[in-house]
Amino acid sequence: MAITHALTDALRPLGSLAPGRGGPARDLNLSYNDEVKLLPSPRRSPWRWVLVVGALVAFAALPGYLGDPGLRVLAMCGVFAIGAIGLNLLIGYTGQISLGHAFFVGVGAYTAAYFGGQRGWSMPAYLALAALIGFVVGGVIGPFALRLRGNYLVVVTLGLVFLGEHLWNNWESVTGGGAGVSLGAAPISLGPLDFKAGLEIGDIRYSFAQSMFWFVWALVALAALLAKNLVRSRPGRAMQAIRDRDLSAEVIGVSPARYKVGAFAWSSAYAAVAGALYGLLQQFVSPLDFTLFLSITYVAMIIIGGLGTIFGSIVGALFVWGGRSLIEQNSGSAVFDSLLTTGAGDSGILTIGELNAILFGLAIVLFLLLEPRGLAAFWFRVKIWFVTWPFSY
Amino acid sequence: MSPLLGVITGDDLLQTGFSGLAVGCKYALIALGFSVVFKATGVINFAQASLVLLGGYLTFQFTQTWELNFYLSVLLAMVGGALVGVVIEGLVLRWLVGESPATLIMVTIGLLFVIDNVVTSIWGPNNRNLGDPWGLSTRELFGVTVTDRDLWTLGFTAAAVAVFFAFFRYTSLGLAMRAAAFDPEVAMAQGIPARRVHRVAWAIAGVVAALAGVTLAAGSGQLSPATGSLALVAFPAIILGGLDSPLGAVIGGIIIGLVQQFTALLAPEYFDWVGESFELVSPYLVMIIILMVRPYGLFGTPEVRRI
Repeated sequence: MAITHALTDALRPLGSLAPGRGGPARDLNLSYNDEVKLLPSPRRSPWRWVLVVGALVAFAALPGYLGDPGLRVLAMCGVFAIGAIGLNLLIGYTGQISLGHAFFVGVGAYTAAYFGGQRGWSMPAYLALAALIGFVVGGVIGPFALRLRGNYLVVVTLGLVFLGEHLWNNWESVTGGGAGVSLGAAPISLGPLDFKAGLEIGDIRYSFAQSMFWFVWALVALAALLAKNLVRSRPGRAMQAIRDRDLSAEVIGVSPARYKVGAFAWSSAYAAVAGALYGLLQQFVSPLDFTLFLSITYVAMIIIGGLGTIFGSIVGALFVWGGRSLIEQNSGSAVFDSLLTTGAGDSGILTIGELNAILFGLAIVLFLLLEPRGLAAFWFRVKIWFVTWPFSY
Repeated sequence: MSPLLGVITGDDLLQTGFSGLAVGCKYALIALGFSVVFKATGVINFAQASLVLLGGYLTFQFTQTWELNFYLSVLLAMVGGALVGVVIEGLVLRWLVGESPATLIMVTIGLLFVIDNVVTSIWGPNNRNLGDPWGLSTRELFGVTVTDRDLWTLGFTAAAVAVFFAFFRYTSLGLAMRAAAFDPEVAMAQGIPARRVHRVAWAIAGVVAALAGVTLAAGSGQLSPATGSLALVAFPAIILGGLDSPLGAVIGGIIIGLVQQFTALLAPEYFDWVGESFELVSPYLVMIIILMVRPYGLFGTPEVRRI
C-alpha cells in the first residue's frame, strides 16, 4: 500500500508547473495538489528552485574540485544521510524512539557481503535484496512497538543491538565472525556504469572515490524523494498523528498497527541500504561497525539536523560525520597540537578519539538545550522572515 | 558430591548461585540509581553508567594517588558522585523538565559521552588497581568458595537498600519525594519543592553509582574505562523490574545476575549452539521475553492512557 502511494505521489507534482496566481494571494492553496507539491512554481517559491539548482550543480561539479579524501568523506556522509532519513521516518515522523538502527544497518551490510561478496550477485540484485530483507526484519520487529511504548521501547531496541552483535560474532558462515568479512569481490556496477573500476565519461576516467560520490548522492536524492512522498501523503499524515497523540489517532481511525509496523519496516529498509553502501565504501565490515555507538550516532544526526524533516536528516549527517572527519583529518594542525596527545610524554591532554567523543556529546546536549528543532530550524527562521516580510515580528 | 546434571555438580550450582547473587547485587546498585532518578524526574539516565565509572576512578584517586584510608575514600567518592549528580541536574536537566522521552534520553547519552571521555582523558585508558583491601582473598562458606569482595558487595547492597527504603519511609524529604513521584502537580500544589526533589534524586543516584563503581572495580586491575559499559547491563534489570519501582530494580538486578552466571555455566554444556559468551546478551533476551508478557515489567505501574 505504502509503496504504491509513494510511487503515485512521486509522479504527481511533476505534472503541473503552471505559474501560480499573481497578486497577494499567491500563497493560497487552491487544491490538494497545490498543498502537497514538491516544487511549487518558481514564482511562488523561487528559493527552493535556487536550492535545487545549486544542489545539482554541486553534485555535478564537486568531484572535479575536491580531492579523493574529501570525496570519500562526503560519500560516507551520503550513506549516513540515507540511514538518517530512514530513522527520521521512525522517530521524527512516527515518534517511535529506537536505538536499534545499528542492527538494521548490520542486516543490510551483511546481506551485501554475503550475496554480493560471496555469491557474486549483481549490484541492483543485492541492493534490492538488502532493502527487502531490511523491510521484512523491520516488519518483524515492528510489532514490539505495539506492545511497548516510550522508554520501554527504547531499552528493547537497545537490547536488539546487543543481540545483533552476538549474532554477527557467531554466525561465521555469513558474517566471518569477529574477524569481519570483505566485500572486495562484490560488483559495484549498474549496466555500463562500473563504479568500482571508476566511471568513464568521454575520454576521462574518474577515480573510485569520484564515482562513488556520484553513485551514493544519486541514491540519497532518490531516498529523500521517496521519503518525502511518503510523509506528505496519507501514510505520512497518519504517522504524524500517531506521533502527536497515538490514542487520539486511533480514535479518529488511524490504524496504529499498520503505520507503526510500516514505519519500522521502511526505516529499517533505509538502514539496510545504508548498511550495504557502507560495506561497499569500506570494502570490509565487522561486528565492531554495528555497535550501540552507531545507533547513537544516527539518533544524534537527526536530532542535530532536525526531527521530522527530510532535509534535516541530510544536513545532520553532513554535520556529524563531516565534522568528525574534518577534525580527524586536521588533527595535526596547530589549533589541535597543544590540546591533543598521541601517547605518553607530550603536553596534550586528550586523544583525538576523546576530543571527538566529547564534542559529539556536547553537540547533542547543546542542540537539545538551545535549538531542539535542530539545524533545520535555521532554514525555517530565514524562510519565515522572508515570507512575513515586512511584518516579520 | 555426585553430578546432578551431567558434568555439572551441585557444588557448581551453589557456587554459581552465589556468584550470580553477587553480580546481581552490583546490577541492583546501578539499577537503584536509574530507578530513583526515573521515579522523581521521569528521565532514563544513560549517564548513570558514567557516574559509576567516575565513582570508581574517584575512589582510585583518593586511595592510590592521595593514599587515604579505603573506606574513607569510598565515602568521599560517594560525596563526589552526589556533587556531580547535582551539577548535572542544575546545569542541564532542570531546563528540560517535561520534555519528550527522546530528548531526555539523548541528553543523558550526550552527557555519557562527555563524562566518560573526560574521565578517560584524566586517568588514562589502562587498567588500574582500585586499592581495595579485599584483593583476591577468599574464604569457605557452606562448602562454596566466596571472595571477600563479593561478600562486601552483598553487604554494601543490603546496607544501601536498607538506608534507601528507610529514607523514603521515615524522613519528610523521602515522603515529599514519594508524593512528587506519585503525582507531580498535586505535590507542587501542596508546597513540595519540585526542584529540591529533583536535586536530591540526582544526588542519591550519584551516591549509589559511586558505590556500584567500587563494587564493580574491586579486585585486581579491574578498573578500566570499560567498567562504565558494564553498567549498561543494568538496563535489562531496571526494565525487568519495572522502571518506576526501586524494589523492582533490586529484584531485577539479582535476577539478571543469576541469569547471566547460570548462562555462563550451562550454555557451553547444554546449548552451545547459542554461540560464545552468550551470557553477555542473555539478560536482554530475558528482558524481551518478560516484557512481552508484562509490558510494564514485574513491578511497574501500567500507564493510564487518556485522550
